[in-house]
Amino acid sequence: MAERERKLARPQGRVFAPRAQVMDADGVSRALRRIAHEVIERNHGLDQVVVVGLQTGGVPLATRLVRVLGEIEGTTVPLGTLDVAFYRDDIGLRPVLPEEVTDIPVDLTGATVVLVDDVVFTGRTVRAALDALADHGRARAIQLAVMVDRGHRELPIRPDYVGKNLPTRRDELVDVTLDGVTIGELVDERAAR
Amino acid sequence: MTAPARHLLSVSDLGREGIGEIMALADSFKEVSGRTIPKVPALRGKTVATLFFEASTRTRLSFEAAARRLSADVMSFAPSASSLEKGESLRDTVETIDAMGVDAMVVRHRSSGVPQRVTAWTSASVVNAGDGQHEHPTQALLDCYTIREALCDRHGGDPPSDFAGLRIGIVGDVAHSRVARSGVLAFSALGAEVVLVAPRTLLPPSLDSWPVKATADFDSVLPALDVVYLLRIQAERAGRVLLPGLDEYHARFGLTAERARHLQREALVMHPGPMIRGVEIAPEVADLPSSLVTRQVRNGVFVRSAVLFHLLGSGLGTERIRDGGGDA
Repeated sequence: MAERERKLARPQGRVFAPRAQVMDADGVSRALRRIAHEVIERNHGLDQVVVVGLQTGGVPLATRLVRVLGEIEGTTVPLGTLDVAFYRDDIGLRPVLPEEVTDIPVDLTGATVVLVDDVVFTGRTVRAALDALADHGRARAIQLAVMVDRGHRELPIRPDYVGKNLPTRRDELVDVTLDGVTIGELVDERAAR
Repeated sequence: MTAPARHLLSVSDLGREGIGEIMALADSFKEVSGRTIPKVPALRGKTVATLFFEASTRTRLSFEAAARRLSADVMSFAPSASSLEKGESLRDTVETIDAMGVDAMVVRHRSSGVPQRVTAWTSASVVNAGDGQHEHPTQALLDCYTIREALCDRHGGDPPSDFAGLRIGIVGDVAHSRVARSGVLAFSALGAEVVLVAPRTLLPPSLDSWPVKATADFDSVLPALDVVYLLRIQAERAGRVLLPGLDEYHARFGLTAERARHLQREALVMHPGPMIRGVEIAPEVADLPSSLVTRQVRNGVFVRSAVLFHLLGSGLGTERIRDGGGDA
């Protein structure tokens, strides 16, 4: 948790102040299990399905999803990770640096990609991810799974699988881990103490 | 908005932390190069101009490939096809190209300090692609990246964050070499111990301000070196007066097959190119697996992409924000 708070921290001494937990670890676990069943149902099994987690928040969820899919169907689904820094539309407007590795272990041509992220908000990260995935081959289909849909979309993007729809204010922040979902906001570091 | 690292004129502009950032970015571009479509849109709409007042096909091509991998547009200026022949001054040339709207100028010139002067005549970011006997920072960065990659391949795990404990011998015409100057700065910034191996005539007049040792006896230091970095003998710069002859040079300072036998088993052999077989290196040694020469060329593209993205795209120097999951 400390690690994520560090990443969420803003340079001007602003930190994430949690206000309320809206989902606990069991809730996240159940939502992932339901999403796993939905993925299998929608795709009539797991043939050609590849799970790709968005760096960094989507990766633990994607890893867990692959495990659950394996438990249900008894197969191992390929797991990839994607960092979209070079595809963002705000390069040069604000600092953008790759945080973590992109590792897509298979050619995506013909695959059904389940893209996993923790939160869908403006949709701009997902837009960047769609461009990035296209450079790894022509997928047959790309589906989007998120733990939280918090609204405020700026692009015509809609998730296929949602853990929880969570109405938020624009200035709020949503923190998602396997331990739960927390809503809060950024406050001055001094106020947080 | 004033970003501190708007230009790359010297390795010392980066420091240890900056070198580390370039290395990490280069890792990302190495991964991109393995994709079905080895190209990212990161610098779409930006224009990179290469201004090579001194001919160098490989470095120019490397920069242009690096820019294209980022989807930048590339303009190429070659003096033979230009108004320099008609008598236009350097300043007028730079201001003309600046007026066409470029975001970065990659400058090579036979005189030291030209890239520094160019920064006063353009609002673009300036990258030094080699100036006289001064510096060639991207060469030093790709050399660091190549060493780091080789160490990582050998030991596995995460790449090393510095070169502490590593002994690097730079052999040859140090006095006239911008590659040597940038290399010394970069290797020592990362904590390596640098030994210069050259006849006295090919060493700078004073080494007092350099964090290095120097010797004219290659054989005495050879067995202790982890990296042997061979410089090109630059006949066009060193002239004939400083060297008794290329054969004698090869006998005393070349990496001959006999010397290669005294190398550490895991020693790395590097050369910035173009490599002259039979002078700096024996033909059979150049093809040994310990030779990283082709890796240096390949890594040059990744590292130059990293430099261009660092200057034009990453917004370093503005406030530093990383994506938390919550605001993605």
